[in-house]
Amino acid sequence: MIDQLYQDIILDHYKHPHGRGLRDPFQGEAHHVNPTCGDEITLRVTEDLSEISYDGMGCSISQASASVLHELLKGRTPGEAFEIHEAFLALMQGRGQVEPDEDVLGDGIAFAGVAKYPARVKCALLPWMAFKDAAARAGISVNPEVKA
Amino acid sequence: MTLDLVQVRADFPILTREINGHPLVYLDSANTSQKPRQVLEAMQDHQERHNGNVSRSVHTLGTEATAAYEGAREKIAAFIGAARPEEVVFTKNSTEAINLVAWTASDFLSLGPGDEIVVSEMEHHSNLVPWQLLCQRTGATLRWFGVTDEGRLDESQLDELVNERTKLVSVVHMSNILGTINDPARIVARAHEVGALVMLDCSQSVPHFPVNVADLGVDFIAFTGHKMLGPTGIGALWGRYELLERMPPFLAGGSTIETVTMAGTTFAPPPARFEGGTPPITEAIGLGAAVDYLNKLGMENIHRHEQEITAYALKALADVPGVTIFGPGTPEGRGGTVSFAVDGVHPHDVGQILDDLGVEVRVGHHCARPVCTRFGVPAMTRASFYLYTTTDEIDALARGLEQVRKVFA
Repeated sequence: MIDQLYQDIILDHYKHPHGRGLRDPFQGEAHHVNPTCGDEITLRVTEDLSEISYDGMGCSISQASASVLHELLKGRTPGEAFEIHEAFLALMQGRGQVEPDEDVLGDGIAFAGVAKYPARVKCALLPWMAFKDAAARAGISVNPEVKA
Repeated sequence: MTLDLVQVRADFPILTREINGHPLVYLDSANTSQKPRQVLEAMQDHQERHNGNVSRSVHTLGTEATAAYEGAREKIAAFIGAARPEEVVFTKNSTEAINLVAWTASDFLSLGPGDEIVVSEMEHHSNLVPWQLLCQRTGATLRWFGVTDEGRLDESQLDELVNERTKLVSVVHMSNILGTINDPARIVARAHEVGALVMLDCSQSVPHFPVNVADLGVDFIAFTGHKMLGPTGIGALWGRYELLERMPPFLAGGSTIETVTMAGTTFAPPPARFEGGTPPITEAIGLGAAVDYLNKLGMENIHRHEQEITAYALKALADVPGVTIFGPGTPEGRGGTVSFAVDGVHPHDVGQILDDLGVEVRVGHHCARPVCTRFGVPAMTRASFYLYTTTDEIDALARGLEQVRKVFA
């Protein structure tokens, strides 16, 4: 079962993170902390999502999740980013019962195993919650209906 | 006397469990200890045969319950060398015991701007945050001892840190994260020289080695039942009686009073003054049974066993490549709680892979975030031992760490 958690895709993203490091300029920034374990992430976005940058410290799950987020959401329209965000949330909150769509989630499907470990779901979600806040502060809502 | 580990372990039903297909290796006793059959049975027997409310019933069950509850207080008082049972106040845990002193201190110490409270960088959050709040409320200043690179309390500035402005010093007896055992003798001498009180957080010491409040010379100690084979929901504050007598009620209510009129209330003497509402009666009786169990084995014997296990573990961990131990590297002046880092692997991942092998350790900041900050890490992995821990279990930990290194190679 532990192999489902630590899939090679996750370990690869952890050891070789994509897009790591904070960059300027940006329009929205959020700093999120997991108070029970001390994991932290700072995430920045531009208002058109042409750049998403982040830095943080934490476990393989939270750090790999940030790398996957960068890969999946950078350069997307807010509508697309919203759809992917929703799909990732649904996967993580699905208690292992949700079948992930690789066309939407790409490497994010590797997190399907994490959903079976309730204590680790919050690790995987940390960067995604920070993204939601950063996007809101940049004036973009990941939910287009709210914006309209 | 050497502990008979086979016999001891047979008293703990949970130790026969399997976790993820492996025998349970429980290395998280600093977090909460497991409970022997004797404690579980004492609590069940009370509930089944003697249940009644305490201190207010004339009937037989109420009388039996009161005798058992007060009997537990007497056992606990004797266990820590208290001058009299009335010096032991039942609380729900160490946190409540510390808060009891911190919330009443503004009154009985007449705290205000210019006064100082001293803690240390080694504290569990529960012996730090209540004092931060006290200082915010009163305008008093919070100061602290640092921690050396070896994980010892840095007492080099003792005379400056504890001075005429100091009203109370509260430090940990044994660190829940570094395992360091602090000898409070110099701090007590200095504090009493300048007229300050000393509180000792004994959450990790009372369960593991003989603690005698008279020998320590301190004014208050806090400890909790669930780390010493007892149930959750019961802990204790010990205080010198003449101090408790000067303190106002904390959580007022039934039992805390002497006479109540609509115009005002006078309060009962300690410990009733501080035990508002129906207390955790069954849990107190369970803690009394835990003390019986510890006494039967002998605290000296328990301590010796843990020293041996700790020496074995320190060596076994040092032999795993990439493992760095935080805190004292030898068993001298430290207890059986060992925190470490595995190079390149976050503690959460270490704990997860160990759990897959049935090895239960704690990961995170251990409610002592300033200690993690002091050593420049966001979190640590901690293995902690008790009277039932075997060298085989330490071997299982070391094997598990090899597996961790393999997964993250």
